[in-house]
Parts: sequence; structure tokens; C-alpha cells
Amino acid sequence: MSKTTPDATRTPPAGDEDLGAAGSQLSTAPEDTLSMPSLGVIGWARWFWRQLTSMRVALLLLLLLSLGAIPGSLIPQSGTDETKVADFRKANPTLGDLYDKLGLFHVYSSVWFSAIYILLFVSLIGCIIPRTWQFVGQLRGRPPGAPKRLTRLPAYTTWRTETEPEQVREAALALLKKRRFRAHLAGDAVAAEKGYLREVGNLAFHIALIVMLIAFAWGQLFKMEGNKLIVEGGGFSNTLTQYDDFKSGSLFTADDLDPFSFNLKDFQGTYEKSGPNRGTARTFQASVTYSVGAFGKGKKTLIKVNEPLEIGDSKVYLTAHGYAPVITVRDGKGNVVYHDAVPLLPLDSNITSSGVVKVMDGYRDAKGERQQLGFEAFFLPTYTPGNEVSSTFPALGNPVLNLAGYYGDLGVDSGVPQSVYQLDKTHLKEFKDAKGQQQRENLRPGETMKLPNGAGSITYESTEEWANFQVTRQPGSGWALAGSIAAIFGLAGSLFIQRRRVWVRAVKGDDGITVVEMAGLGRSESAKVPEELGALAETLYDQAPGASDAGRVEPDSVSDSDSATAAERPGN
Amino acid sequence: MTLAATTDLAAATNEHLANLSNTLIYSAMAVYTLAFFAYITEWIFGSRSKIGRTAAALTADPAARKAAPAVTVKKGGSTAVLERPKVVVRAAAGQRDVPDGPGAHGGDEQGDLYGRIAVSLTVLAFLIELAGVIARAASVERAPWGNMYEFNITFSTVAVGVYLSLLALKKNVRWMGLFLITSVLLDLGIAVTVLYTASDQLVPALHSYWLYIHVSTAILCGAVFYVGAVSTILYLFKDSYESKLAGGGKPGKFATSFLERLPASSSLDKFSYRVNAAVFPLWTFTIIAGAIWAGDAWGRYWGWDPKETWAFITWVAYACYLHARATAGWKGRKAAYLALIAFGCWLFNYYGVNIFVSGKHSYAGV
Ligand code: HEM
Repeated sequence: MSKTTPDATRTPPAGDEDLGAAGSQLSTAPEDTLSMPSLGVIGWARWFWRQLTSMRVALLLLLLLSLGAIPGSLIPQSGTDETKVADFRKANPTLGDLYDKLGLFHVYSSVWFSAIYILLFVSLIGCIIPRTWQFVGQLRGRPPGAPKRLTRLPAYTTWRTETEPEQVREAALALLKKRRFRAHLAGDAVAAEKGYLREVGNLAFHIALIVMLIAFAWGQLFKMEGNKLIVEGGGFSNTLTQYDDFKSGSLFTADDLDPFSFNLKDFQGTYEKSGPNRGTARTFQASVTYSVGAFGKGKKTLIKVNEPLEIGDSKVYLTAHGYAPVITVRDGKGNVVYHDAVPLLPLDSNITSSGVVKVMDGYRDAKGERQQLGFEAFFLPTYTPGNEVSSTFPALGNPVLNLAGYYGDLGVDSGVPQSVYQLDKTHLKEFKDAKGQQQRENLRPGETMKLPNGAGSITYESTEEWANFQVTRQPGSGWALAGSIAAIFGLAGSLFIQRRRVWVRAVKGDDGITVVEMAGLGRSESAKVPEELGALAETLYDQAPGASDAGRVEPDSVSDSDSATAAERPGN
Repeated sequence: MTLAATTDLAAATNEHLANLSNTLIYSAMAVYTLAFFAYITEWIFGSRSKIGRTAAALTADPAARKAAPAVTVKKGGSTAVLERPKVVVRAAAGQRDVPDGPGAHGGDEQGDLYGRIAVSLTVLAFLIELAGVIARAASVERAPWGNMYEFNITFSTVAVGVYLSLLALKKNVRWMGLFLITSVLLDLGIAVTVLYTASDQLVPALHSYWLYIHVSTAILCGAVFYVGAVSTILYLFKDSYESKLAGGGKPGKFATSFLERLPASSSLDKFSYRVNAAVFPLWTFTIIAGAIWAGDAWGRYWGWDPKETWAFITWVAYACYLHARATAGWKGRKAAYLALIAFGCWLFNYYGVNIFVSGKHSYAGV
């Protein structure tokens, strides 16, 4: 299981073994030891826990998490696009069944995906807690004393000086403390360490991950999302029954709805009039008055595409827009039986729209019999002669409403829910013109289409605009944001701060001249450690200048020297 | 002037700018091509030199190796330099002590000259391309990343910018020039042929300053990740080359000539780690900025849209890489493979998701 062969790529922090305590605890990363469990339930449980909280398993779980996220991006997901899932099932029934069993249509809430991240976070917590304790211990303790042979360290320098060893050590201690090292005197050497913030950052980052996960889970359970289409002049108050459609997390209740209401006064859309970008929206905004609570005072505001209105925990987004021609229907006697703005659904970016008008009751035909009427409406906000099927510009340039009528039974009383944008034509008959074709006319604002045989008329009065609003509530997002900001800072601290140690040893040689040795150790090999050591050595050298040139020992040639402490060449 | 006339005039200016941008991009491609040949020439001249530092360092008998001069870092003022203590740097236990190669020119003077010409041409092409990107932005009156064409031209500009900045900071990266310019040419080639889209406006959902933050940092991260990936690949080659030498093998002539000039594998490894680690927090920030933008535009900050999912996968993959570096047994080659997989995820998120997967982010325009 564990790799025991020495391997050039397996490098413990520089010379871990031979440095002993000096090289230890330069981080709080757990050791990867893979021993077989001792027998017994507790032995196994302990073994399992140790496995789960090891870096190796954390790495495996992380890998699994990224692999597990892939299918969700390639297979249609029921959470985002239910119709696509249905299409897929229809096209591949067997594969669909298999996917169903594996939860592949809802990967991110499937058992196996949840298992991966829950294990990962258990591992994370099991890893953070001991690491935090260990770190607190390191903070309370002192940097480990100098190893016997400083020459073995990744950065090393030495010189000889007339200054007394005690003085050198004292100067070194003062210097290191001034440079914000934690330093103390241990035996014949000064031991110092710096960069503890790296560990703080690393722990903060991992804790922030947990905060983010909890915030996200919380948000999923208590979220809500509803849609409401409002024609200019219309209003909305935030209760379940007023929504056109509504979705919520499993722990959400109607009591969680923030009490507020608003009215759409005006929708404004302006569009690029010419050039290559003709038709692209320039402004897109809804002016509304809203009030908070049951008796709140009305306030005016603008809602734009990326600028929702925030009320309490709820946000109101402007998500879509279209036209609602104002229609009046009269019966044979000229009585108004219907008068309303009819929202039509846009079909393309130039807002070619379609929809239906349903006259449910109040209408009597020429013979005085109760009937229901239905009209199919097709609308071009800018009609250009020669292009009958689609609008050529999204604004109201030359609006034309095309209507075709039906009479009979709309089937709305059958109990089956019906779309307000479609006609159920099973019990409807077409109004026919003189030639026996379905009567179909293009109307401009103010124009009226007379229905055949004194059946009445339908008038296109004017055009209103409508806007669709999405109301969402996603609790926990503040925590998620706070967590992510903490994660970034923690990460930056963890990656950019070096934790390193410096030792300064000063002892009197046999010839009565003091030998100063300095060495630095970082957690990972870095050019900064020797550079910093160089700078420190320079300063210290000024306070303990080199002995006469004759006795000077170049580090490059220390192997020729008989000095006991510097007898070993670097590079061994 | 009537309003219509003003807007017509504006439209004409915009079209003029769009055409200017196209011309500039093509010119930049031409200059990059010249730079490409200059880099090639540098490499060719460099092959004349017969340097075998790696071999010398690795195959010399242990006793001789001990006597090899230690690397020193000089420190201190100009006059007193000889007096000052020198810092001896020692490779960590278990790591090969191999000196860095001299660069593409291989120490050859003429090669070096061509290398310098190549860098100058790269600077020139970079400026032209930058002008092209700016003209494009001016023509559409917004940031130049509304579709894949614009994204591609901006991306390669930033990648070259990162390379030139590293050069300006006196980092040892000139060896990367040939690989970088090759892929920049590829990137621009794809941009002008397959991805080209006439300038057009953004849909309102794309109007947000978070978008500017999100996409600009995404482009920067991509460029830096790319630099990291190039050095990771070269690390893998150089590392096998060094292992082969250390094991007594004899690599091919081409491999020798090519790889001898690159930095030592440990330097390449360190470089790619630093590059990847340095942008990882920025990549984290990019994803969070994207989530904030999604929260403003669509009413939910995270919805497992394919683009979001792949950004997450890329993030986790890079986190794996960083973890792997911290875990004994996963350093070196294994970690390098993870880095390449992570970069593959980034590439897929850009090309794959835009082209093959439909989602809210489909702004590909192809
Ligand atoms: C949710 C999953 C996790 C993610 C996304 C993650 C991410 C990261 C990242 C990006 C780093 C690099 C920062 C650095 O090098 O200082 C890191 C470091 C580290 N992680 Fe995690 N981690 C996760 C879970 C864990 C777990 C479960 C453990 C414990 C077993 C763990 C232990 C560590 C340690 C000890 C380091 C620092 C290594 C060092 O000192 O260089 N992480 N993590």
C-alpha cells in the first residue's frame, strides 16, 4: 500500500530526517502514515478515522468531487431544464432508466455526489480541529533549537570574527526580533521563526470552505423563487396565490414570504436604431412604486436587468418584457363584453409575439345565445410591408395585430388547467369570411374587426407593455459571501507567505576566534530564504566584522578548513 | 443634425473602427509570424553549441560531483562584496542538483541576437494586437469579450502581455517564447477563421460591472494558467531526460539539443508551481465575482449551469494540484499531471462548454 522505495520525487522538507526537531512542525500538515490497524472495533474505527483525515484521502476525495461534477454538466438536469430531461428520456428510454437509477438527472443532489462532499467535509473538519490545536501549541512553544550541523540546511553562511560569541548571539537576537521573527536563545545558537500567518491563512481558508458549504446548504433548503407578469398599471402583493408559478426549498413555508407589494407604472425599453447593432436593447427598465409591510408608504424606484429591487431578504428581478394590446370585444348589440390588456409572449428578439384572447362569459351571439369567444393574436410591434411573419424592430414602430376568431366552448370549465396563452380548439368553430375561409385581419391601433353575421366586433385600442418579475429569496447568501471573501484572503496568506526558520550559532574556535554560522530553512525550497539570510548576515556582519583576511574562511572552501563546525562541505 | 443622422454617423464610425481592428489583428498576426521565425532561428543557431551541463552534473562520479562549485547568491554593496559572507544554497535532499540551461540560443551569440530580435518583434506585435483589441472595444462601445472571437483576441494579447511582463521582471522565461507565439498564432488563426463575429452589442443581461471584473480576471487567469501549463509540459520532458541521464541512458540527439537549453527540471517545476499558485486566489475570486454577477442577473448565485460547473471543476482540479504538492508521494510528475488536467478543464470550459454544451452562458456566437 504505502510506497516504501525511496523516490527522487518524494522530498520531505529539506532533510527532514537528519534535521530532527529543527525541521519538524514547520507546518501543521498531517503526516501520511499508513500503518495496519490493530485488531478490534476501536482499532479499525481509529484506523478508518485516520485514513479519512489524511491528506492522501483528502486529495482523493477532491479528485472524486471534480470527476463527480462532470456528468451534471453534460446530462440534462431536472433542476435546470425539466423539458430537456423529458426529451432525453423519450429519445433514449433504456439509458434514461439507467440514468434515473444512478441519479444522473439530478447529480448535485444525488446520494453519491452528496456522499463525496459530505465525506470530504467530515475529513476537512477532522483535519482542521487537530491542526488548529497543534498550531496553538506551536504558537505557545518556541522555535526549535539549532540542528547540530547547520551546513546541511538549504541556505548557509559562515564567517569568523573577533567579536565574542555572546555579543554575536545577542546582536543576532536583537536583529531577528527587529525583523519580526519570534526568536530566542537556545544553547549556543539563536533560533528564530517567522511567517506564522501562513498557517493562520491556511486554517482560515479551510474553515471558510465549511462556512460556505453550510451557507449554501441553508440557502438550498430555505430558498424560494416565483414569477409574476404585470401589465403597466398593474400591481402585485407578495402572497403565494398571486404568483404565476412558484418553487421553493424543502423547508420553506409561506410565512417566510416578506410582506411587500408593488405597482408597475411604466416599462421603458429603448433600442439601437441603426448600424450593425440595430435592435439591441439600450435601456431596459421598469419604474415601480413599492411599499414594505401591510401599511408601508409607497416609494418610487427603477428595476433594471442587473439591478434588482431588494426588500428584506427578497429580491425582485426584471426578467422579461413584452407587449399587451388593449382589446375590446362587443357583442352583436354593441355591448362591451370584454375590455382588457392581453399580455402576449415574445417569439423572437424583435418581439414578434403571440397569444390568445378568451371571452369567458357575458357574450351572447346574434340569436341571443350564450357563447364563449376565443381569438388567436399575432403581434408585430414594427410591421414592414413584405414581411408578414415577423417584426423588424423591437420597439413600437408600426404595430400590427393579426386576429383570428373562434366561437363555441373554450373548455375552461372542464377542470383541466389551461394555459392562458393557448386555445383548446376541440369545441370551437372558426369565424368564416364571405369566401368560407377563416376570417383573419391585420389591425392597427384604433381599428376594429367586425365579426361575420352580426356576431359583434373586436377592437385593438392601444398597446401597453408588460414586464415579468422574478421574486427570489436565498437566505445564507451573506454568509456564503463572507465565507468566500475569507477564503480568498486565507488562500492568499497561505500561498504567498513563507514560513521559515533562521538559526545563528556563534562559538569560539580552538584558535580563539569566533565562528559565526547562519542557516535558513523554508517549508518549500524558495529563492527568498537564501536572499533573506543574505540580508540578515550582512547586517550581522556589520556588527561582528570578519576577522583578519588570513583567517577568513570562504564557504566555498570550507572543506579545506579544519574548523570542526564547518568541516562539512555543503553539497554533501 | 437630426438624431437619426447622429446615430448613423456613430454607426459609420463604429464600422470604421471595426474594420481598423480587423486590419490591426491581421497585421499583428503577420508580425507574430516574423517573431515565430526569429525564435525558430534562435533555436537553430542554438543547436550549434555542444553543451552537456545536465549530463555533466548527473553522470559525473559522486566524488567529482561533490567538488562541483556550489551555487552562490551574491549579496551586498558594490565595494565590500568580497568581504561579505556568501550564502551557500543547497538543493533539498533527494533533488537533482542540475544547473539551468542557457536558454534557446544555447550560448550561441548569433542565436542570442535572433532571440532578441524575436522578443522585439513580439513586443511590436503585442502593441499592434493591443491596438486592435482596443479598436474593437471602441467599435462595440464595451469591453471586448462579448463573444468567442473577442475573447480569443483578448486572451492572446493578455497571454503575451504576461510573458513580456515576466521578461521585464527579469525572470528566466525567454525559452518559452517559441511555444507561446506558436499557440498565439494558433489562437488568432482560430479566431479570425472559425470564431469571427461581426461586432455586435451585448444583451442586457451582460451589462454589469461584475461582468467586466469577472471576465477580465478570467482572461488573466487563463493566460497565467497557460504559461504554467507550458512550463509543466516542458518540466515533464526535461524530467524524463534527466532521469534517463541519471539512469545511465543516452537520450536522442534532438532531445539533448532541445532540452539541454531549458532550465533544470526542478526550476521548471518550481516556476510552474509558483505561476499556478499565484493565480489560484485570483481564479477563486473570478468564480466568486461570477457568482455575484449571476446573483444580480439571474436571481441565484449558483445554479450548476455548465459553465459554472466547469469553473468549479477547474477550481477543484487546481486545488487538487496544490494539495498534491503538499502531500508526500504526489510531488513531481504526479502533481504535474494534475496541473495539466486542471488546465485541460480550463480549456474545456472555454471551448468545449461554449461550443458543445448549451447553457445560460452560451455567448459563443459561432
Ligand atoms: C474541501 C476540500 C478542500 C479544498 C478545496 C482544499 C484546498 C486547499 C488548497 C487550495 C490548499 C493550498 C493552500 C496552501 O498550499 O497552503 C490547501 C492546503 C492544505 N490543505 Fe486543503 N483543501 C480541502 C480539504 C482538506 C482536507 C480534508 C485536509 C485534511 C486532511 C486538508 C489539509 C490541507 C493542508 C494540511 C494544507 C496545507 C499544506 C501545506 O502546508 O502546504 N485540506 N488546501
